[in-house]
This record gives sequence, structure tokens and C-alpha cells, in this order.
Amino acid sequence: MTLQPVLQAKGLVKTFGRVVGLNSADLELYPGEVLAVIGDNGAGKSTLIKCLSGAEIPDSGEMFVEGELVSFKRSLDARAYGIETVYQTLAVAPALDIASNLFLGREVRSKGIAGKVFRKLDHNGMRTLAKEQMTKLGIGTLQDMSQAVETLSGGQRQAVSVARAEAFGSKVIILDEPTAALGVRESNQVLKMIELMRDRGLPVILISHNMPQVFSVADRIHVQRLGSRAAVVTPNSHTMNDAVAIMTGALKVDENDQALSPAQAIADAL
Amino acid sequence: MTTPTATTDAEALIESLDRKSALHKFHHVLHKYPWISPGLVLLVAIIIFGLLNERFWAISNLSLITQQVSIVATLAIAQTLVILTAGIDLSVGAIAVFASMVMAKTAAEQGVPGPIALLLGLMVGTAAGALNGFLITRLRLPPFIVTLGTLSIFTAITLIYATGKTINGKYLPDFMLILGTKIQIGSFKITYGVVVMLLLYAIFAYVLRNTAWGKHVYAVGDDPAAASLAGIQVNRVLFSVYLVGGLVLAIAGWIAIGRVGAASPSIIPDANLESITAVVIGGTSLFGGRGTMIGTLIGAILVGVVSNGLVLAGLDQAYKVLAIGILVIVAVALDQWIRKVRA
Repeated sequence: MTLQPVLQAKGLVKTFGRVVGLNSADLELYPGEVLAVIGDNGAGKSTLIKCLSGAEIPDSGEMFVEGELVSFKRSLDARAYGIETVYQTLAVAPALDIASNLFLGREVRSKGIAGKVFRKLDHNGMRTLAKEQMTKLGIGTLQDMSQAVETLSGGQRQAVSVARAEAFGSKVIILDEPTAALGVRESNQVLKMIELMRDRGLPVILISHNMPQVFSVADRIHVQRLGSRAAVVTPNSHTMNDAVAIMTGALKVDENDQALSPAQAIADAL
Repeated sequence: MTTPTATTDAEALIESLDRKSALHKFHHVLHKYPWISPGLVLLVAIIIFGLLNERFWAISNLSLITQQVSIVATLAIAQTLVILTAGIDLSVGAIAVFASMVMAKTAAEQGVPGPIALLLGLMVGTAAGALNGFLITRLRLPPFIVTLGTLSIFTAITLIYATGKTINGKYLPDFMLILGTKIQIGSFKITYGVVVMLLLYAIFAYVLRNTAWGKHVYAVGDDPAAASLAGIQVNRVLFSVYLVGGLVLAIAGWIAIGRVGAASPSIIPDANLESITAVVIGGTSLFGGRGTMIGTLIGAILVGVVSNGLVLAGLDQAYKVLAIGILVIVAVALDQWIRKVRA
């Protein structure tokens, strides 16, 4: 691949006291792809994502956005580069309405004196934009943007989070276990939104435990193991069983020809 | 014989479903406008008290009620802001009295001109609010504990500073007492203090509804984690709430000087609980994130109407306390029900 990655991490290290979260982890995200990140608990998926979204600061290593060296001190820094994150916990304010949630922390003021002097918010404008945004992502069923989010189902709430990320994330959308709290039908809705975003050229990083979901939606799969990248596979070249085997360390992938071989310890045991 | 029964069963079922959906609709309306229920109670209370004693309806009596509630209603503005962030402020009365003593003492004893004395009082009130905000956001102590402590601290400082003495209005410049001046609107007599109180309600109702800061206050009280993930600096919002609250409380202190015609360290003994009562009755949730200024205003007036009406009806003061206790419990129970709304 000669394409320049939209988002790249090189040799990230992050420790928490004596616990090693990331041990020289790499990651590349290319334009217009869905990159799934899988790994066992404690493999460093979350830490990796937190570094990319600015929620954690790596101890060492480098990160690049479109080739430019960046360092994020907090999530607002990552946002300034067009990187938006959707979290597993439904990160919406339940009592606020849909439009307010979509624009939370990025409210739009009215034009003229009302906005400049009296700092009046443009409620109607935000509702119209919210409606457009929700329709664009295939959730046109929600009509009333002044409806409180707590009156929505879990899937619809997550849709609001995804819509918010999509509205402001100009370069990268990171989804951290977006379907963990959702039912099957609602999960499919979120997966559909992911495909829509990819089709519109927006690259997506999807962290998930759910292998069928990962294999149905991802273009490439980054397998995280023991704090670093064990392999990158694709749904075409490898099976779910292969991916799980790499995740648990039972199989190793040759970096050049992607051939699988038993890991050293297991080979020794055989 | 079976067919008619089946029809009635079906009809009964449909009827019960209709009833359920009517209740459902009512639930949704209350969920969107939680001040409707105290508004209805206020309306009913005004009608009943008017029937019990026609003097209740007299314009002079209604004017008196607005004056009686002006202090607590102003304290309740600051209390609403704090409760919207899922906090509680037990020091509202103490800060108001502290600020009013600073205004009165500097004006009466140091001969500071009225406007400057007012400014000093406003600064002291704001600083007191800032201290609460600092302890809550920097030391991460719960608001209940912080304000329980500062309630004692501010009360004690006020008593020490005032040497326990009341400053009579005749030693105060006119400017200090101006909010007690009555103005005639038709046959309705209100004080400037009431006007200032209503203006503050208008300002904060606007700010909560129409500014980003207002949205952030709701978001922080609703779900601080979600607010923080959305890029809101939760601690900054919390601090600003206590800071602005302190300023409002100092203004309440100024209103109190005008209303009483003097400054006393023991001017408003029940103010803390009454301000919380007004907020809760007004439909603001103690769990944060929901409530309105108009609700609190209705709550404060309702408390005033109940105390005034019961006195005019010839009932003992104890009935007022009883009635307000019942109102608070009903209001919180209603809030619990309202918050249970689902898709």
C-alpha cells in the first residue's frame, strides 16, 4: 500500500504503574475503510483507542494525522483534527432533547445581535440540521428533534451518538463497542450506519468483541495482543477461527505472506 | 348470548387502552413541562383560599404575598441553578445575610456611599459562592457537606462581624433601602424588590433556555460523564454556577434590607429550607438535569400563598408547616413518576 494513512500510530507505549497497557503498538487507518480492532480483554484495545482519541496520553511513540505528527493532550485536541469517538456507554444526556445532544458542547448561536450580544442559541437551525443529519444516516423515523433522548430506545440513542460523531468528525470516526449494550436489530442499525459512513468516504475504526459483526462490516481487522499488534487480517483471507486463534496467541501470522503457523510455545509443546 | 359479551369485553379493553393512552399523554406533557402540576395546584389554592376568606382576593393582600415571597424567591433562583447540577446549597440564606450585613455595616458605620456598599456586598456574596464552588470542584467534596460547613462558617463570620447587632434602617442611606419602596401598578402595589426578583427570573429563564451555558448546566446535572465526553468542562460549569449563585444571593440580601427596613444577622432563619422547598415544589428534580425557573417561581409563590391563605382562614401556623410538608413529598413523588418516562 502506497496510500498515506489518515491516522497512524507508531510504537505507542503506555503503562499504568507496573501494568503495561501498550507495548510498542502500531496502527494504520487508510482512507475509506472500516478497520476493526479486536483483542482479548487486557490486550490494550481500549488503551490504544484512548490514545488515538486523546483520552489518554501515551508515554512514548508517535501519532500522525494525514502524515502530520500530532500529540493529543485531551479529547478536544483529537476533535480539532476531525477525530470523533462514540463510546460503548450511551454517552448522551438523557433529559436533553435530540438536537441539544447532537450539538452539546458545540452549540450554534443565532445570527445578529441576538446571538452576538445575548448569546441566543439558534434552536430552529440546530433542529433542522439535526433532522438532516439523522435522515442522512438512515434514521429518518425520528421526527421530533425536541424529543428528550430518554424517550428513545437504546438503539436510537446510540444512533444519536453516531450521528453526532459523523456530523463533526471530518476525518475519522472511532466506535468503541458501539453495539455492546444493544439488541440484534438495533446493532444491525448501527452497522448499517457504519457502512453508510464508509460509503461516503469516512474511515471508521470499530472496536468490537462480536466476531460476526466484525467480519460482516470490516475491510481489515487489526488483532491486538499483549499490548501490541499481533496481525492485520482481512475477512477474505482469514476465518473467524483464525482471528480468535491469533487473538489468543495460538496462531502466528507471517508478516510477508500472511501464512498462519502455530505459535512457538505451542509448536514446542507439539 | 356470547356475542354481546364479547363485544363488551372488547369495548372495555379498548376503553381501558384509551384511558391508558390518556394517562400516557398526560405523563408526556408533564415530562416536557414539569411546572404544570405546581401551576395547577397554585391555581386551585388561590381559588380555595379566596372562597375561605374573601380578603385573600383583595389586591392589597395579593400585593403583600409577592412582597413576602420576594426574598425566598430570589434565594430559590440560586438554589435552582445548584439543584439543576444535582447539587444542593444549604448556605444560600447565610450568604445572603452575610452580604447584606457587609452592605449595611460599610454604609452605616464606615460611611461608604450606598452604591459602593452594594458593590462590596455583591463582591462578598460572589466570593462566598466561589468558595463553595472551589471546595466542590477542586477538593471534590459533596455539595451537601461543603455547604453544610459553609452555612456555619458564613453564619458565624456574619455574627462576629456584626457583633450580633441589627443595623436599623434609619442609619442606612436611602439607596440601601430603595428596594423596599412601593410602586403602584393599577391598584397593585409592589416593591422595587419584587421587580428586581422578577427581572432576575426573566434573565435566568432566558439564560437556561437559550444559551449554551444553560444547556451545559442541564447536561452536567443530567449526566456529568456524558457531558464531559461531549467536551464540556464539567468543573468549570459547576464553579460558574456557584459563583453566579453567590451574586444572586447577595442581591437577595439587598432585597431583604429593603423589605425589612433593616439589616439583621438573623433576618431569614428558615430561608435555606424554604428555598429548597420552592425549587422542589416547582418541579425541579433533586437528581439534577431537569427543572425550570418558571417552576421555581410558581413553587415560591405557592409557598407564600399557602402560608398567607391559611393565616387568613384563621388556622394555626402549624397547619402551614403541615401543608408545605405534604406539598414537598407530593412534588418529589410526582418527580419520580415523571422521570420514569420511556419510549
